[in-house]
Amino acid sequence: MRKTSSDKSKTGVSRRSVLKGTAAVAGVAAATQLSGGFPTVWSQDIKDLTLRSTGGPWSHFQLLENMANEDLDFTVQLTPVGLDEIQKRGLTQTGSSDLFEPAYLQMKFFWPTGKFQPWDTTKLPEWDTVVDLYKAPGKIWPDAWFGQGQNPSTVSYTSGPDGTDFVEPGSTQWLTAHPVLHNADTLGIRPDLIGRPIDSWAELINPEFAGKAALVSFPTIGLMDAATAFEAAGELTYGDKGNMTQDEIDYSVDRLIQLKNDGHWRALWSAFNESVQLMVNGEVVIQSMWSPAVTAVRAQGVPCVYQDLKEGYRSWTTGHVMPSHLEGKMIGAAYDYVTWYHTGRVGAMFAKQGYYVVTPDNTRKVLPEAEWDFWYEGKPATVDIYDPFGNLMEKPGTIRDGGSYKNRMGRVAIWNSTMDENKYLTRRWAEFIAA
Amino acid sequence: MVRVITSVLRYRAALQISPLSLALLFFLVGPVIMIMIMSFYEFTGFMTVPDATLENYVELFTSSLTGINYLQTLKMVGITWVVTLVLGFTLAYFLVFDLIELRTKLLLFLLCVVPFWTSSVIRMVAWVPFLGKEGIINKFVLWTGISSEPLQFLLFSEFAVFLSYIQIFTLFMMAPLFNVMARINRDLIEAARDNGASGIQILWHVIIPLCKPGIAIGTIFVVSLVASDFAAVSLLGGQRVGTVSISMIIQMNMAQYPPSSATGVILLLVVLLIVGGIMRVVDVRKQL
Repeated sequence: MRKTSSDKSKTGVSRRSVLKGTAAVAGVAAATQLSGGFPTVWSQDIKDLTLRSTGGPWSHFQLLENMANEDLDFTVQLTPVGLDEIQKRGLTQTGSSDLFEPAYLQMKFFWPTGKFQPWDTTKLPEWDTVVDLYKAPGKIWPDAWFGQGQNPSTVSYTSGPDGTDFVEPGSTQWLTAHPVLHNADTLGIRPDLIGRPIDSWAELINPEFAGKAALVSFPTIGLMDAATAFEAAGELTYGDKGNMTQDEIDYSVDRLIQLKNDGHWRALWSAFNESVQLMVNGEVVIQSMWSPAVTAVRAQGVPCVYQDLKEGYRSWTTGHVMPSHLEGKMIGAAYDYVTWYHTGRVGAMFAKQGYYVVTPDNTRKVLPEAEWDFWYEGKPATVDIYDPFGNLMEKPGTIRDGGSYKNRMGRVAIWNSTMDENKYLTRRWAEFIAA
Repeated sequence: MVRVITSVLRYRAALQISPLSLALLFFLVGPVIMIMIMSFYEFTGFMTVPDATLENYVELFTSSLTGINYLQTLKMVGITWVVTLVLGFTLAYFLVFDLIELRTKLLLFLLCVVPFWTSSVIRMVAWVPFLGKEGIINKFVLWTGISSEPLQFLLFSEFAVFLSYIQIFTLFMMAPLFNVMARINRDLIEAARDNGASGIQILWHVIIPLCKPGIAIGTIFVVSLVASDFAAVSLLGGQRVGTVSISMIIQMNMAQYPPSSATGVILLLVVLLIVGGIMRVVDVRKQL
C-alpha cells in the first residue's frame, strides 16, 4: 500500500518536472527568438549532429543523456571518466570530445594550453541567472566567505576570443569555462563508532582516531584537508592554505609523515568506492569524503554523517570547456546544450543528488517546493525524498547534513586549488607516500 | 632456381610475421618512442612545453625520493621473486614428477589457471573482506582471543600487497617451470640414481640446471609485472607504500607528464637491464 502511494507521488513529481522543464526550454527558445540571432541561427540543420561530452561519473550518466536527447534537436553523448582521466583526455586527446567538464582546480592546466575556446557571455541567455560566485567579486552572496585558494571567479575570465590568460572577473565577455555544478565538501564520520560530537577539522588528526582516519590521495586536496586540520588544531596559521609557500608545504608534509609513522592514517583512497568501503567496513571513522560517497554508505544501512564543521567547508566546482576544434554548427550545439543545462530541469535533477547547478533560481522553478525546502533551505523533509533514479533517500523529518545552501556555500573556507608550488608539492606528497 | 625459392620463402616469412610486427610497431614501439620524446619536454609547473631539456632526468637523479622508490620497488620484486620461485618450483615439481597420470597432471594444472578467469584487479579486491578490520581473519582472531584488537597489518600494508602478488604471480613462475620440467629426459634422472646420487643431489645437479630456462622466463614475468604494478599497491597497500609506479601515478594525476615520462623511461631501462642480464646468464632461446 505504501509502495503504491509513494510510486504515485514519484511519477507525479517527475511528470510535473518534465512539463515545467519543457515549458522552461520553450520559454528560453522564445526569448532568444525575440532577442534575435542566437541560438536559433544555429538551431537549423543540426539534427544530425552529435555533441560528445567527457566528464566525471557524478555528472555524466544515462539519465542526463536521456533528458538531453528528449529536449534537444541534436544527439548528446556523455562519457563518464575519473577526474584524473578528464584531465589526461582533455590535455592529450582534446579531439576525442566536444566538451570537457573538468573541475576548476584543473583550469590552470587546461586553459593556458590554447586548446580551448572561450564562451561569449553575450550569447548565453542564462548567464544573468548564474550565481555571482563566478563574477566579480567572487562571492555567491554579499555576506558569503570569499575563501582561501583558487576562488572560481579568478579563473573564470580570459582576455579575448584567443585568450590563454586569466583576467579580472567581469572585465571581459569571455568565459574560460561555463560553470556547471558546485558543492561543499567536509569530513565524513561514523557517528556510531565515535560516539561524541565532532565540530572541528582538528579531529582529523586527533590521536584518538589513530589507525582509523583516512585522507584522499589526490595531492592538493589531501594536503588542503590536512592543512585545514593543522590550522584548526592551532599548530600553524597558513597565509593561504590553497596556495601554500614551500615552507608551509614542508611543515604540512613533515607532519603528515610523522602522523603516518605513528600509524594515524589507515589508508589513502583514490577512488570514490574505496572511500565508501573504508567507511562501511569500519576501517575508518573519520576521513575526507565526497558527498555521494556518504549517501552510498548510508544506502548500505551504515550510519554516516557529512559533518558540518565550524571552520567551514572545502568547496569545488566544475565547468564545461569547449575545445578549439569546434566550428560553426557544433559551436551552436554546444551553446544550445549549456543553455538547456541551466533552464531548471537539469538543476532539479542534480538537486536530488545533493549537488547544486549554478542557476538555483531556475532550479527552483522546476523542483517541487517540499524538495527545495529540504535540499536548499535545510528544512526537515516533509515528504519522502527520492534521488533522481527513484531510490528512497530520506524519510520525512530528516534534515540534510550541513543544512542549507547558504550555510554550505556561504561558508567556504577553502577552494579546491592548484597551487603555484604545484611541482614542489607533488614531489613532497610522493615522499609522504613513500615514507 | 634454388635461390628464387629461398628468396620467395624469405619474402613469405616476412609477410607472415608482418601483422604481429605492425601491431607491435604501432602499439608498443610507437608509444614507447612517444614517451621517450615526452621525457625531454619541459614542464613549467602547469604546462608541458615541447623542448629538448635534460631537466626531468637531472631532477630524477638528484632527488632522494628516486632512491627510496627504487629500493621499495626492488624489495617488492625481490621478495615476490623468491617466494613465487619456491612455490612455483615446488608446485611444478609435484605436478611433473610426483603425479603419474597425465590426465591428473593436466587437470591440476588447469585448476591453477581457473582464478585467471577473473581480472587481476578483482582478485586483489577480493582480499579486502578477508583481511579487513571486520574481515574473516580478524573475526577469527578476536573470537579465539589470539589478540584483543583486530590485526591492522593484514590490510593496507606491504603484507597485503605481497599476498596478492604471490597469489597472482606464482602461476607465471610455475607455468614455464612446468613446461621445462615436463621435457626433462627421465633417463638422466635414472642415470644419476644408478651412479649413486641422492635425491637432493639429483635435484641440485640435474633438475635445477635443466630448469634454468623456465626459471629465467618466470623471472622475467615476475620482475616486469611487479615493477610495473600499481593496482595492488594502491588498492591493498592503501597507497601507503611508495613504489616507482606510484610516484608516476601521482605525477600523472597532477598533469606532470614530462617528469612522469622520464620516470617511466628509467624504469623501463632498469627492467630491460635485469631482463638482459638474465638472457646473458641463461640462453632462453636455445632451450625453448
